[in-house]
Amino acid sequence: MKHITRKATRHISQNEGLIFEKSSPGKAAWKLPPLDVPEVDTAKLLGKLERKDLGNMPEVSEIEIIRHFTRLSTWNYAIDLGMYPLGSCTMKYNPRVNELVARAEGLANGHPYQAEKISQGALQVMKTLSDCLLEITGMDAITLQPAAGAQGELTGLLMVRAYHESQGNARKKILIPDSAHGTNPATAATAGYAVENLKSNDRGMVDVASLAAQMNEDVAALMVTNPNTLGVFEQEIHKIADLLHDKGGLLYMDGANMNALVGKARPGDFGVDVMHLNLHKTFSTPHGGGGPGSGPVAVKKMLAPFLPTPVVITHADGTLGFEYDRPQSVGRVRAFYGNFGMFIRALAYIFANGPDGLRQTTEDAVLNANYIRKGLEGVYDLPYSTPSMHEVVFSDKVQSKKGVRTMDLAKRLIDYGFHPYTTAFPLIVPGALMIEPTESEPLEELDLFIEAMKSIAGEVEEDPQFVLDAPHNTRISRLDETAAARKPVLRWKP
Amino acid sequence: MLRAIGIHSVDDLFSPIPAEYRLARDLAIPRQMAESEIVDWFKQRAKENGEGYTSFLGAGAYLHYRPVVIDALVQRGEFLTSYTPYQAEFAQGTLQAIFEFQTMISELTGMDVANASMYDGSTGAAEAVMMAVRVTGRNSAVIARSLHPEYREVLNTYATHQAIPQKLAGFTGSGQIDLKELERVVGDETACVLIQSPNFFGTIEDVEAIAEIAHKRGALLIVSIAEAVSLGIVEPPRSADIVAMEAQSFGVPVGFGGPYCGVLATKEKFVRQMPGRLAGQTVDKNGKRGFVLTLATREQHIRREKATSNICTNQALVALMVNIFMTVYGKVGLRELAKQNLAKASYAAEKFSQHAKVLFAGAPRFNEFVVGTSEDPYALNSRLLGHKIVGGLPLKKFYPELGKAALWCCTELTTRSMIDQAVGLVAETERSARSLKEVEEVTR
Repeated sequence: MKHITRKATRHISQNEGLIFEKSSPGKAAWKLPPLDVPEVDTAKLLGKLERKDLGNMPEVSEIEIIRHFTRLSTWNYAIDLGMYPLGSCTMKYNPRVNELVARAEGLANGHPYQAEKISQGALQVMKTLSDCLLEITGMDAITLQPAAGAQGELTGLLMVRAYHESQGNARKKILIPDSAHGTNPATAATAGYAVENLKSNDRGMVDVASLAAQMNEDVAALMVTNPNTLGVFEQEIHKIADLLHDKGGLLYMDGANMNALVGKARPGDFGVDVMHLNLHKTFSTPHGGGGPGSGPVAVKKMLAPFLPTPVVITHADGTLGFEYDRPQSVGRVRAFYGNFGMFIRALAYIFANGPDGLRQTTEDAVLNANYIRKGLEGVYDLPYSTPSMHEVVFSDKVQSKKGVRTMDLAKRLIDYGFHPYTTAFPLIVPGALMIEPTESEPLEELDLFIEAMKSIAGEVEEDPQFVLDAPHNTRISRLDETAAARKPVLRWKP
Repeated sequence: MLRAIGIHSVDDLFSPIPAEYRLARDLAIPRQMAESEIVDWFKQRAKENGEGYTSFLGAGAYLHYRPVVIDALVQRGEFLTSYTPYQAEFAQGTLQAIFEFQTMISELTGMDVANASMYDGSTGAAEAVMMAVRVTGRNSAVIARSLHPEYREVLNTYATHQAIPQKLAGFTGSGQIDLKELERVVGDETACVLIQSPNFFGTIEDVEAIAEIAHKRGALLIVSIAEAVSLGIVEPPRSADIVAMEAQSFGVPVGFGGPYCGVLATKEKFVRQMPGRLAGQTVDKNGKRGFVLTLATREQHIRREKATSNICTNQALVALMVNIFMTVYGKVGLRELAKQNLAKASYAAEKFSQHAKVLFAGAPRFNEFVVGTSEDPYALNSRLLGHKIVGGLPLKKFYPELGKAALWCCTELTTRSMIDQAVGLVAETERSARSLKEVEEVTR
């Protein structure tokens, strides 16, 4: 290793094969109680439908299971190990009290079809969370049903469509800025809309003149992320909203970057008609290696009739319940009521913060991002000098002259004991380094990160090949992704 | 930090937000709470949520025992607090776990490949239909009425805007799909037939016969499985083209409906049309085995509006619960577990049939059954609630023609004494209803 890394060091890590390779007949980690009803003749009950063999399912002991998954876990990086500066992913601390309360028996074992009378606890969680999220966003009505951000987007656009249909014209297209996340266009297509690109101006914001030119009565909505994926607040957001509203269009806000706004500004106040939130980003529910998420959608009053069914209501006697009879609803987007377990965690986070804590969270997130920006300015190219909110986007312009691209820098960052930043977008910045520290990081961790990034920039100057070969300290080196895609091996076979 | 940045106050950082949109007051939300207060608040809500009740509800959400190793392992921070494994060198734990998950789901469903999971069974079924449309180049779908009604509702939401017309196929007196009607509604424009087995009534379908009808017209067969434990004892739908499964039964809390774990599994030849994440095996520069997310060219972050789906996340941590559950029970345990479910439901159905009418008796079933009573099931259920018992799901809401029937479920956790008590309580009114009827008949 060229430079000393203060954060990480080498450590023994255990090898571990696939669970199937440990299996042998007779090993078991389960025990059922004695059957208290008569045994059944499966052949008689099921006939030819009886399954006789479970193929290559494993047979292993409990200690092997514990060791297997524990060993695998040590091969992962995690927020619990350090800063995870993935831009637009908001990898903040996941409080452990959230996990505890989500496992409270009545909530963890509550059945979605049990009578309302014995579901008041779960309904109260949903109602309280809904009220908090409405206050935070400044919107009028909400659904918690969507299972993730992308499904929230889809739900929002279906409501946009239903709204326009109720006005007599579903309209044809959705405008999407070129800085948008890939889900936005994919979602618009799923909702049956054509996608029209909207160009950004030289400050990294929506180009209002282009919007004015492209806006007409075929446009159902504009999907904007605010702050956008450059971490820049759309300062002309109200002009944008007016341009849309004047032609009967709606303003959709992707709430991916809500961590820059909570307690400081409310989308409902600056012209947003419909938006989704990501409880797994802004509200601290764990990412869990890629899910589960939760993507509530909040709307203004005129869109409320179109919310998915059911919605939580308060009956005349003060008890809570579900309302199904909503003739204008877009329908259901998921069975039952959504990722309820995530509602519990998000609400626990809101309780743990309160109004002061939420405001400070946002301030610290923006402060941390600007501290990194200052620390790395001049070392990495900053394509847009517009002020940053909760994340900052650099580019590999300087380093790419030596043949080192953003992904190579990212791989080298792993050796320094950090998870890489986001490399894949925004597409308007070639070779983007999108960095979002979140409020969770103490100053020491931020300094270590800045130090690592500076050190890597130095390595690029001295020995670019060394960076191109990174990572050097992981269990495995760079993997052959081309081979994986050309001849996919998607399961183990004996 | 302020000095390093060169500003005087944190508020300076928010100056890009026009002043009129900056919030000048506290949010009107509950005050900051101590950890002990948070725990108390949720414990209180848990108490108001059916704690201590015996439940006979299934219908897509099943209460099975969750081995304690599941929560011990999924709460390891390295699993709980990591992101999607895009940086493979740093995420081999999650990637290898997904690869094992895909392998076990393939084994259990009898398919060639499975994805890394979908949101849940309902959205998985809708995604499967859209996948069949891509594979066949046809655009209509035939749906079994015995598919979970909420899955059908979700499909309606998705299908409407994809312009996928649907036809329904009803069920017979045995609770199975009406094959004659199916023959009639499947046509040359049908992209797929979507059924559930065991179906919403707990009845196991004759998948072979259904597949033959679908395949004869060039349509794909999609089989939705809501009760995963059935795969331990019921032959998997090997003649299906896509299996759209809800794996909640495998170690995932009932949790008032979510988060759950949908999965799609299919034949090898269709894999490039399958949505969702996939982990694949490969090697590193030194020839060492490793795993990566692969075939990403299907996905939204590469293909944008041309992607197979807008899905972005999977349900990784829930899939890990499922994974650990499948590993704990394994080849022998899953079968024994399924057998206990079968035995309990079989016993309960037999007991109920002594006092009430058990519908759809002609076909094999797994751990659910439909009981028709003379008492309105809602009235029956509120009477049972008084005894801390949650009765079966009244079917009237979804199937008006089954007005006085309810869907009951037993798992390995349902004890004989619970069953006997519930049957006893049902029998009370059935007896009085019967005697009332006899009285009516006599007096007529």
